[in-house]
Amino acid sequence: MANKISDEVIEYVSILAKLELTEQEKKDAKADMEKMLDYIDTLNELDTDGIEPVSHVFPVHNVFRDDIVLNGDGSGDTLANAPLEKDNSFKVPKTIG
Amino acid sequence: MDITGMTAVELGKRIQKRELSAVDAVKAYLAQIDQVEALVHGFVTVDREGAVKRAETVQKKIDDGTLAGPLAGVPAAIKDNLCTKGMLTTCSSRILENFKPTFTAEAVKRLENAGAVVIGKTNMDEFAMGSTTETSYFGVTRNPWDLEHVPGGSSGGSCAAVAAEECPYALGSDTGGSIRQPSSFCGVVGIKPTYGTVSRYGLIAYGSSLDQIGPIAKDVTDCAVILETLAACDRKDSTSMPRENYDFRGALVDDVKGMKIGIPQDYFIEGLDKEVKEHILRAAAVLKEKGAAVEEFDLSLVQYAIPAYYVIASAEASSNLSRFDGVKYGYRTSEYEGLHQMYKKSRSEGFGAEVKRRIMLGSFVLSSGYYDAYYLKALRTKALIKQAFDKAFEKYDVILAPAAPTTAPELGASLNDPLKMYLGDIYTISVNLAGLPGISIPVGTDSKGLPVGMQIIASCFDEAKLFRAAYAYEQTKAYERPRLVKETRKERRER
Repeated sequence: MANKISDEVIEYVSILAKLELTEQEKKDAKADMEKMLDYIDTLNELDTDGIEPVSHVFPVHNVFRDDIVLNGDGSGDTLANAPLEKDNSFKVPKTIG
Repeated sequence: MDITGMTAVELGKRIQKRELSAVDAVKAYLAQIDQVEALVHGFVTVDREGAVKRAETVQKKIDDGTLAGPLAGVPAAIKDNLCTKGMLTTCSSRILENFKPTFTAEAVKRLENAGAVVIGKTNMDEFAMGSTTETSYFGVTRNPWDLEHVPGGSSGGSCAAVAAEECPYALGSDTGGSIRQPSSFCGVVGIKPTYGTVSRYGLIAYGSSLDQIGPIAKDVTDCAVILETLAACDRKDSTSMPRENYDFRGALVDDVKGMKIGIPQDYFIEGLDKEVKEHILRAAAVLKEKGAAVEEFDLSLVQYAIPAYYVIASAEASSNLSRFDGVKYGYRTSEYEGLHQMYKKSRSEGFGAEVKRRIMLGSFVLSSGYYDAYYLKALRTKALIKQAFDKAFEKYDVILAPAAPTTAPELGASLNDPLKMYLGDIYTISVNLAGLPGISIPVGTDSKGLPVGMQIIASCFDEAKLFRAAYAYEQTKAYERPRLVKETRKERRER
C-alpha cells in the first residue's frame, strides 16, 4: 500500500525536527518520505511477533561509574566556539517573555 | 627512497632504524599532497605547520627512546568527524564550518600517544550520511583510480587520501559501510571492528548504536597494527566493551587450512555486477586452494537490512543532531526573531539536503503513533538479522561477500535517487546492525580499471579470524597503485 503523507504531517515533523523548510523542500520531503516509507513497509512481510526489540547488540544495560571530575575548567576554550557570548556565557535571544 | 609508497609499518621500521626521521616522513607526504590534492581533494584541512612541529616533537621522543612503537613518527589523516583539539572539525558541514574542539577524540589520542603525526582532516559525506562523499559542504572528493568517479563514502576522503599516498593510513568511521565501501572503491584495506572495540568518545555521533571507528591503510598488517593501538575499553564511552583478546598481529599468518568459509548465496543475486561477482568468487577459490573449506549457504533476511537500517540510523541521527542549534558552537543564522526561529533557521541553513532528509525521516519514525510501527519494528528486524548471523557463525569461521554491488560510480550518478544510493550498501549494512567486524580488501580491478573489494565478515570479537583470512589472501596479490599515483611518479622520474 502506497504511503500518503499529508501537509499537516510534514508541518508537524518539521516542528519536531526543528527545521524551517521552504515550500520546495516540503514538497521534496513529502515525496522522499512517501517513497522511503513504501520501501520500509517491506519489513511488514516479516513476522516479528514475540521478538524483543534489540537496541544494543550486546547484553549491556546500565553502565555506572563514579562521577569524578577528570578535566579542568575549559570554559574559555568552550566559549571561544560560541557564535555569540557575553559575560562568560552563551548569548541567546530573549527566552522568557 | 620511495617514502609514500611504503606501508605505515614499513615506514615506522625505517624511522626506528634512523634511516629517515619523522620530519622527513611528514615532509614527503606534504609534498605528495602538494602534487595531487588539487585533483583528489581528500582533505578538508591540511595542517602543514602543525604537522611538521608535531613530527619534530615526536622525533625527539624517538631519539630519547620514549617512543619505540611501530607507528611512532608515522603520519596519519583523520576523518573530519573525529574531534581534534584546536584543529577544525567540520563533519563536512556548514553547521560546523568554524568548529575547533576543546578536546581530542580517544581514538586519535591513542594514536598520538603511540607517536602518530596527524597531518590533517579528511573529507566525508556531511555527518557521514552518504555513500559517495558528494554531500560534503566543502566539495566532492575524487577517486585516484579515475578522477571522474566517486571515492565512495562516507569515509571517501580518508580512503582517497590513502590511495593517493597523501598519508600512509587514515581513520574512518563506519555506520552502514562507510569504511568498507570506500576502501573497496579506492583499492585499499579498511576494517570496521566489532561494535564497542574502539572508543567513540569524540566521534561526532550519527547512529550511535551502529557507529564504529576503524583504520584504512594499504595492507592488512597495517590495519592489524593500527587496530591494536586503537582498541581499548574506555570509561568515557559506556558502550565500549572489554575484550579478551587485543592481539591482532598474532593472527597474521599465511594459513587458512581447515578454516570454514561461508558464501551467502542470497548476496549473489540481481543487482550484483558481473565482474564484481567473478572477482569475489575467484578470490574465494584462491582461499579454497590454500586449504579453506568454502561453501555456499543461505543467510536469509538480506533484503530487510537496508529498510531496518534507515529507520534506526535516521531515528538516532534525528536525536544526535538535535545538539546543533546555533547556541554553543557552529553556525548561527544572521537574522532571526526569538529563540525558536534562531534554532530553526540556523539548522535549516546549516544542514544540507541529505542530512535534513534523514532528520525528517528519523523524527517521523520516532513520533507518537508511528514509533511502534516503524522504530520498534526495525529493532525487532535487527534482532532477527543478528540471529541469522549467529546461526551462520555456528557453522563458519568467516563469511565472504562483496563490499559493494558495483565498482565506483561516476560523479553525480548517485545523488538524484537517494533510494538507489542506499541500495548500494546492501552487503555492508547488516554487519553494523549485528555489531560484527568486517574488512574490505582489494581483489582486482574491473574492465574500467576500477578496484573491486572483497568483504570478510567474522563473528563479534573474532577479528583474529578475519585478519587471518584477509592476510592469507593478500599474500597472493601485490598492492596495486592507482593510476594517478603511477602517473605522478612517472612524471617525477622524468623531471
